[in-house]
Amino acid sequence: MKEFRISMPMRYIINSLLLVAFIVAGHLITQSGLLGRAHNANIVSVGIFIILAVSLNLSTGYLGQLPLGHAGFMAIGAYAGAIFWRSGLLPSTASVPAGLLVAGLAAAVVGVIIGIPALRLKGDYLAIITLGFGEIIRVIINNLDSVTGGAGGLHGIPRHSNFLIVYLCVIICCIAIHMLMKSRHGRAILSIRENEIAAESCGINTTYYKVMAFAFSAFFAGIAGALFAGNIGLLVPGEFDFMTSINILMIVVLGGMGSMAGSVIAASILTSLPLFMAALNEYRMIIYALMLIIVMLFKPSGLLGTYDFSLSRLLEKLIRRRIAAKSKVKEGEA
Amino acid sequence: MKKRTLKVFSLVLVLVMALGLLASCANDDNSDVNEITIGILAPLTGGAAYFGESVRNGLMLYIDEFNARGGLQINPILRDEEGNMTIAVTMYNYLVDQNVTAIIGSVTSDPTRAIVPLAFEDNMPMITASATHAGVTVHPDTGQVFTNMFRSCFIDPFQGTKMADFAFEELGARTAAVLYSNEIAYSIGLMEAFIHRAETLGLEIVHIERHADHAVDFVGQLTNIAAHNPDVLFVPGYNYHVALIGPQSVTAGLTDTVLLGADGWAGSLERMEHDPSSIEGSFFMTGFTHESTEQHVLDFISRFEAEYGIPPNMFAAQAYDAAMILIAAIERTLAATDYEPDSEAFRLALIDQMSATDIQGVTGRITFDEFNNPQKTAFIIHIVDGVERFWGTF
Repeated sequence: MKEFRISMPMRYIINSLLLVAFIVAGHLITQSGLLGRAHNANIVSVGIFIILAVSLNLSTGYLGQLPLGHAGFMAIGAYAGAIFWRSGLLPSTASVPAGLLVAGLAAAVVGVIIGIPALRLKGDYLAIITLGFGEIIRVIINNLDSVTGGAGGLHGIPRHSNFLIVYLCVIICCIAIHMLMKSRHGRAILSIRENEIAAESCGINTTYYKVMAFAFSAFFAGIAGALFAGNIGLLVPGEFDFMTSINILMIVVLGGMGSMAGSVIAASILTSLPLFMAALNEYRMIIYALMLIIVMLFKPSGLLGTYDFSLSRLLEKLIRRRIAAKSKVKEGEA
Repeated sequence: MKKRTLKVFSLVLVLVMALGLLASCANDDNSDVNEITIGILAPLTGGAAYFGESVRNGLMLYIDEFNARGGLQINPILRDEEGNMTIAVTMYNYLVDQNVTAIIGSVTSDPTRAIVPLAFEDNMPMITASATHAGVTVHPDTGQVFTNMFRSCFIDPFQGTKMADFAFEELGARTAAVLYSNEIAYSIGLMEAFIHRAETLGLEIVHIERHADHAVDFVGQLTNIAAHNPDVLFVPGYNYHVALIGPQSVTAGLTDTVLLGADGWAGSLERMEHDPSSIEGSFFMTGFTHESTEQHVLDFISRFEAEYGIPPNMFAAQAYDAAMILIAAIERTLAATDYEPDSEAFRLALIDQMSATDIQGVTGRITFDEFNNPQKTAFIIHIVDGVERFWGTF
């Protein structure tokens, strides 16, 4: 029997309808104040951390490298976006997307500059060098008092990160990375993770693809940084230290390296913990640590491993099961 | 199969009903006019937990003592913001959802500065016991005062100015050097105010050096400073800097120079227990001293020790005063108006009452200036024979 498949145009239609419904519903719910302000604020920070985790997952999960400087790119984007918005170059409606774009591009350019020398190294060497670059970015921001406000911080940033803007960025980020990974370039990136020497012997320009993945990753980290700036309204260099990079890495590892759905789920859980477990006081920290230990012990590949969720696949499965059940009934009747 | 579904369904129903009962209980409590709910934001985990716990201890001591008196009851909702700006914003919004009348918090300057603009829009009365950054109560660009935000601690510029005055007038210093950290907003604030004041006084700044927050080697900077041989060296850092800068200043040959510091120095001697000789003769400023002659301060210290087993530090004392300022203002507002305690009108009236504060706290008499910063006395501590001696007020 021929297996049932949903045609590609149909898949696109279903997915885009669902995304539009998600955005509209989410926007209406957050605007109505139905959930209360705490949950609205939490949903926005969850979105920002989803972008950070999904973008780090590109260079950690798909490319198979271990960069520890993600907070550095986030900082570049945050400051670039904040300085752009504060300057008031464009009228407010055009300013938000333009600022996000500026933030992403600034981070991507720095990503390329750092990536070219750093990606010559592998494993722990790469981890150390990216960690170093991340710290350099923070120290530079600290010392450029006239531009960034130094340790005193950059304040008075327009706070326009709401559900709509943040989750549009989340969707764009996820779709862009998904499409990259399904393309020829994505296959090349995956082949580098599986075996770099084999990939190179097949004629894949590994340096090019590594830097490309790294720059993509930095681009979205920059956008997340700008959204962060627009969420809090205040930036201080200390917010982008090495521990922030580790926290983002932890989200990716917990969710499963190489699983976008895993990153999304882990980012949602870990970012929401302080709000949902506030009643537990300090015991919260024990539960948090235990959760990480238990996942790593019993599922070292992370919550979802390398599994990626596909709605169309799920639908196909359900429909196939339905068809099979029907044919069985028919057989029984016969 | 069906029976089981029915069982599960009835169980769920029972649970929902039980929860409904609880919810209605909570509602009854909130509508009680004899109780006022306030929010407390403090970092109880993470790097700033030491400050957060000190502040919480001071606040809870006052609130417990107040509630024990009977009459108006204060119901505090405490939330941990982990010293993180994002979590602070979420937790602030949580407290707003809980319809609190006022908020005490937060503890460190950055999370506090992240929530102040939101609280200003909400007309939420707030007081912090320890956020010293000038930008907490005044918008740094526009100079707009956040009228809802108060504090019971010194601001950074105040301390720098006072120490310059002290060096010039009391120590007779004519040359000074500064060693500050450009990675700490607190340190920068003090340094700028010190230099600014020194210029107007005619105290010559002969050299300025800076260091990283977690630096361990200061000999290079100190040797450069020693070459100018200043009368005083102002070190607006934290106790972990002082514990390293002290001994290294002797190595660098800064033996005739008096070291000056601010409230970040508190706890330096504990860190230098083995050999405090290198900071012998230094002076620093603090907002609270145990060597008080006033009975109510001594009482506070003994009550605090009885409750927590440790003597109160400056943060705990300032927190005790912050709670006192807020609750006294709530009492005055209740007496003067008949608004509902969780209404906007009550909050606005409370803000007015807070700015009219004139109270005798454990850290001195407190009134607020037009920027909602406390006008209060500074205590100067002199390090003599390896112990902190109260030099006097200034």
